[in-house]
Amino acid sequence: MSRRSLRVPATHGALLVAAIIVLFPFVWIALAAFKTQISLMIGEVLFTPTLAHFDEVLFSGASDYLANYRNSLVIATASTLLVLVVATLAAYSIERLGWPRWLVHGFLLGAAVFNAIPPITLVGAWYVGFRALGLYDTYLAVILAHATLNLPLGIWLMATFVREVPRELEEAARIDGCGTLQMLWRVIVPVVMPGIAATAVLVFIHSWNEFVVALNLTARETATVPVAISKYAQENETKYGAMAAGAVLSVLPSLVLLFFAQRAIVRGLTAGAVK
Amino acid sequence: MKPDTSARYLTLAPAVVLFAGVALVPIAELVAMSLSQIDWVQGKAHWRFVAFDQYLRVAGDALFRTGVGNTLVFAIAGVLVQMLLGFALALLTTRIARGRALYRTVFILPILVPGIVIGAIWKLMYNFDFGVLNQLLGLLGVGPVDWLGNTTTALAAVIAVDVWHWTPFVFLLMLAGLESLPQDVYEAARVDGATFLQELRHVTLPLMLPTIVVTLVFRVIVGVKVFDEIYLLTGGGPGTSTEVVSYTIFRRFFTEGQTGYGSAMSVVVLFALALAFIVATAATQRRRT
Repeated sequence: MSRRSLRVPATHGALLVAAIIVLFPFVWIALAAFKTQISLMIGEVLFTPTLAHFDEVLFSGASDYLANYRNSLVIATASTLLVLVVATLAAYSIERLGWPRWLVHGFLLGAAVFNAIPPITLVGAWYVGFRALGLYDTYLAVILAHATLNLPLGIWLMATFVREVPRELEEAARIDGCGTLQMLWRVIVPVVMPGIAATAVLVFIHSWNEFVVALNLTARETATVPVAISKYAQENETKYGAMAAGAVLSVLPSLVLLFFAQRAIVRGLTAGAVK
Repeated sequence: MKPDTSARYLTLAPAVVLFAGVALVPIAELVAMSLSQIDWVQGKAHWRFVAFDQYLRVAGDALFRTGVGNTLVFAIAGVLVQMLLGFALALLTTRIARGRALYRTVFILPILVPGIVIGAIWKLMYNFDFGVLNQLLGLLGVGPVDWLGNTTTALAAVIAVDVWHWTPFVFLLMLAGLESLPQDVYEAARVDGATFLQELRHVTLPLMLPTIVVTLVFRVIVGVKVFDEIYLLTGGGPGTSTEVVSYTIFRRFFTEGQTGYGSAMSVVVLFALALAFIVATAATQRRRT
């Protein structure tokens, strides 16, 4: 066999090993969610599956997991919508409405600098501020925090997508008597819809996954799914089975998005990094 | 043709209001709190002005210094390994014709999972008594190793988790970059009889440099923010071996309730990183022009 004919199987072999390393921990925690506590503790590989941990996480009186799930859905959906509206308007403004270039650059640089700051540095101020306003442990506080943290990414992505819209489209619409805001709604938004979808998916996942803000701005009423999972892992005795079941349930939305919106995810992750 | 100015202001206003209200005002509030000793008595804050005392304390805080050091080690070591592995995997993937989409799907998965779940996964994998890593080592007659409970392995163990979590992200960006490179350059290199290494050194790397720089900056930024995995896996321990700066701020501000002092620490970290980002951006812009 020539060297060239060996190269392809070797490449596949290396990639297959990498894929197994990536997937194995997911499979392992998914299996753990179906093991009894005893089976987990003695490290059984072959076991009789049980739904006890899912039952405990979802339906026991001591668990708020379903409420946490609803909280996460409300917060992620609302902050995503807020980011989409604000970022699309801002991107259209800075890309198309004739602001001076220094101002556009300054605005984008400011957003990028804000994005480089660890959220924990702001959480203290949010905690004190939202408490003073009576917003501690409300949806609004977390929604505003999540939307602001994701706004730089939203503006950056939407600006990239708006920039690619051909100017001819706008000129044609203007001759037809289209006003500035009508232009955004009738011409730009329909053309950048794939970009809006990409931004939406990414912002939703970021908000769904976010932990440090949710940990400190929520209490029982508004706690999100990551906060709930951390509780299982943080009690004196880690509840491994419940932790695993909670973790498995928490990634379901992302799996659905990976299945149905993979193109949007890739577009969002790579836009800006790759010209 | 001049767009009307009212629409111009109207479209930018929501973003400005959100940034001002939820970012700039809280930053000003942080600075104000950092200059006072704040005590909570029955849910009410009592402020006592102490000028820059708390900043001097930050400078002398041994835990803070350990946190900064570990954060730098965590971000730099982790990101370097991720860049090398991610680039190598992407390069391999460009050589295969079939199965690319499948590998891409598999490698996107970790990027979408919450940091807390990543922590939960590895809490299981690393467990001393029944973790699968020690089980596998046991089959080889080695171990068991207390991965997270040992000061010599804990930091490396959490860095390994970060490498597992984020190498796929680097892979994805590198693959997108490699797929968008012009093919005629490669044909020319091949006609000239360039070896694989020459091609890599003189064609691929120079063309990929912008993508590499952007990916590196993205990754370092997220690496420096690390919190969730540390919170779940080690809580900064054992001792201070995995203490990172976000965790120190959380500890001082929330666990210990030192509102003013935690604010001073937040201000230091916030402005140091903002400055570092601006310097890095300026440096890369200058190189490009």
